Amino acid sequence: MIEKAVVGSRRYWAWILCLLGVLGVGFFCYLRQLNYGLGITGLSRNVTWGLYIGQFTFLVGVAASAVMVVLPYYLHNHKEFTRMAILGEFLAISSVCMCMLFIFVDMGQPGRLLNVLLYPTPRSMMFWDMVSLSGYLVLNAVIALVTLDAERKGVAPAAWIKPVILLSIPWAISIHTVTAFLYSGLPGRTFWLTAILAPRFLASAFASGPALLILLCMLVRKLTGYDVGAKAIRTLAVIVTYAMIINVFFLLMELFTSFYSQIPASMEHFENLYTGAPGQPAPLLFWGRTSLVLMAVALILLLVPATRKNERTLAAACAVTFVALWIDKGVCLVVSGFMPSPLGSMTPYVPTLPEVLISLGVWAVGALMITVFYKITLSVREGAEAWIEEHPAVPLTAAPGPQ
Amino acid sequence: MKISRKGFLEIGGLSLLAVAGNTAIGALLDKVEAETGSQPGAAPATRWAMVVDPAKCAEKDGCSDCINACNKAHNVPVINDPQHEVKWIWREPFENALPSQASAYTEKKFRGKPVMVFCNHCDNPPCVRVCPVQATWKRQDGIVMMDWHRCIGCRYCVAACPYGSRSFNWFDPRPYIAELNPDFPTRTKGVVEKCNFCEERLAKGQPPACVEACKEKAFVFGNLADPQSEVRQLLESRYTLRRKPELGTQPDVFYLV
Amino acid sequence: MRDRGVIYTGLFIFLGLMTFPVWHDLAAGTTSRGPEPILPKQEKQCVAPLAYMRTSHMQLLIDWRNAVVRNNVHQFKASNGNTYTMSVTGTCLTGCHTNKDEFCDRCHNYAGVSVQCWECHVDPKLAHRSAP
Repeated sequence: MIEKAVVGSRRYWAWILCLLGVLGVGFFCYLRQLNYGLGITGLSRNVTWGLYIGQFTFLVGVAASAVMVVLPYYLHNHKEFTRMAILGEFLAISSVCMCMLFIFVDMGQPGRLLNVLLYPTPRSMMFWDMVSLSGYLVLNAVIALVTLDAERKGVAPAAWIKPVILLSIPWAISIHTVTAFLYSGLPGRTFWLTAILAPRFLASAFASGPALLILLCMLVRKLTGYDVGAKAIRTLAVIVTYAMIINVFFLLMELFTSFYSQIPASMEHFENLYTGAPGQPAPLLFWGRTSLVLMAVALILLLVPATRKNERTLAAACAVTFVALWIDKGVCLVVSGFMPSPLGSMTPYVPTLPEVLISLGVWAVGALMITVFYKITLSVREGAEAWIEEHPAVPLTAAPGPQ
Repeated sequence: MKISRKGFLEIGGLSLLAVAGNTAIGALLDKVEAETGSQPGAAPATRWAMVVDPAKCAEKDGCSDCINACNKAHNVPVINDPQHEVKWIWREPFENALPSQASAYTEKKFRGKPVMVFCNHCDNPPCVRVCPVQATWKRQDGIVMMDWHRCIGCRYCVAACPYGSRSFNWFDPRPYIAELNPDFPTRTKGVVEKCNFCEERLAKGQPPACVEACKEKAFVFGNLADPQSEVRQLLESRYTLRRKPELGTQPDVFYLV
Repeated sequence: MRDRGVIYTGLFIFLGLMTFPVWHDLAAGTTSRGPEPILPKQEKQCVAPLAYMRTSHMQLLIDWRNAVVRNNVHQFKASNGNTYTMSVTGTCLTGCHTNKDEFCDRCHNYAGVSVQCWECHVDPKLAHRSAP
């Protein structure tokens, strides 16, 4: 099937080359980081996790969000997702790979990463994160490969794939829960030490991931004419809306507990992000406030039926949702946990150029993977559809449903 | 009972998996227990602890004898950039080190006064809990130890420590070590380090470097498990504070007030 | 075959590149020379038999590392009956192999092995002992 990815239009190859260029620059910067150390980034003694881990956290959410298509389609037989399901799965695979790459580039001694496998430590949440991410990658790769291969051959996939697909549903929830557990079990970090962190993660994931998927489906339709169907997009938009409502609700819950209890250790993080504190520097104020404004705009655009049903405004709503939640999770969440430090100091964090370029390089890898996967999928589907046109009497099941 | 060959193989396979899984988990738990030095029922023969007297420390202005001794004994790099500094022991103002004790009306003798802070070698250390490769663990004698060969530099322990005791090597530390001490290795870029209660000196029967260096005798180091030790006597006779006790980490460093 | 010339030229260049290590070393006269580590003058007895050290000194060092760091055991009972403190700087480099360049590096460079030990473990020659 991979041969379908090396045949393409001029525009396709220009895009691939562009991505390879970004990848190359990122790789070169990473070599510099390997040589010098992580001091090449903007991280510091007080803010030890930043852009890389923020991107990782956000992308685990995007990876988990494939469940928002898999669940209604495979478990509840919502046929409108027939043409969309596999695109969601490939988005999940690309996201998980990006997650693993972001963890890799953040390691101080990446050559020793095998130690995580050689010395398994079940009491460490990072161990379970590794287990769940690897398992999710394998699950989705198997599902995507088997279903696509069956489609190419014009048959229904083997029956054993059904329980594997069903397993991927709770597994998707678990990967993001475990990622939240990385943060929410640390006694010294009051911003993260909240039971609602995992639900917040999931809600924002289920808003941002499907938002990106909607945008990707619209893009694919514009570029290749492959249409997942207006009904699929509308249904997914409703899912994004509900997830966004829950996400904002959870955020408001956090703000209430913090500001009504007036406990300084709880308040200072939200002051740092949203309100500013008198006499204290608030390095993240711009980012926090921007994400709030964008969340509000996205929510309005999503709630009003007219703007949600109109595909142009929906595209805007999805873009705003994605950016708002990218800022909220990728920028605000991780860095806020370190401000203030355990000894009370506010150390600002500004990513350096090499750090940004490495991050862009990893995003380029993800974009490359999605491009190749979608190219293969669409070629297989085109081939199948052409075959149907030539042989109208033979029905073709494009996807399995519960029998 | 009628059972097909396929059914028999399925049940057999599942049983085998269950037994193997159980054994593996048991082995893992034993290993983890051994590494953490926790053995239910056995009282430790040694429990190293430190009692610090900030009042004695404040008597000598600007003194850094303990810091210099520690840096020299362990090849700790002296990096002047606060973004990337590596420190095992340093001074913090009272309000930062013991924040729950400070108010607008804090006693003059404590206000702004320096308190020496370093790894607390907690009895219930969150850093040990989170390390994915067991590069840090709690020894039988109470020291929270580090293995710099195994550390992958993920900095999860830095995030987990509620006291900010740990430093990461953002680049090669060697250029920042004025005088290389051959009695102790340096560390390399990409690993986390912290105070180790001078475990290499304790192995030779010597007290920690900071304890030895302090002319005001502001540090008292000893074995909590020994009822006759000076630390035990101090704890039983004077009021002491620990940092952030509400977190349940059970620090083994006590501060006299 | 019209392209005979091109093919033979290409083949010749390819073979030349592939056999470069062989004929270059023959010409430079380095083939018969092995690594020549300079053995310590005072001590004739290593912490383990020579044959074992030749093949497995890496394993010995790893065992020492685990014993010291992870098990807090510092003394090593050698097969010759002596007890040594397990320390690459304190015992190996201070007591016997006082010149790392003339001993350790000779074989490592010859075999193209880059060890990371020296990133952390101190070569005593680099340290300047201050007055006690």
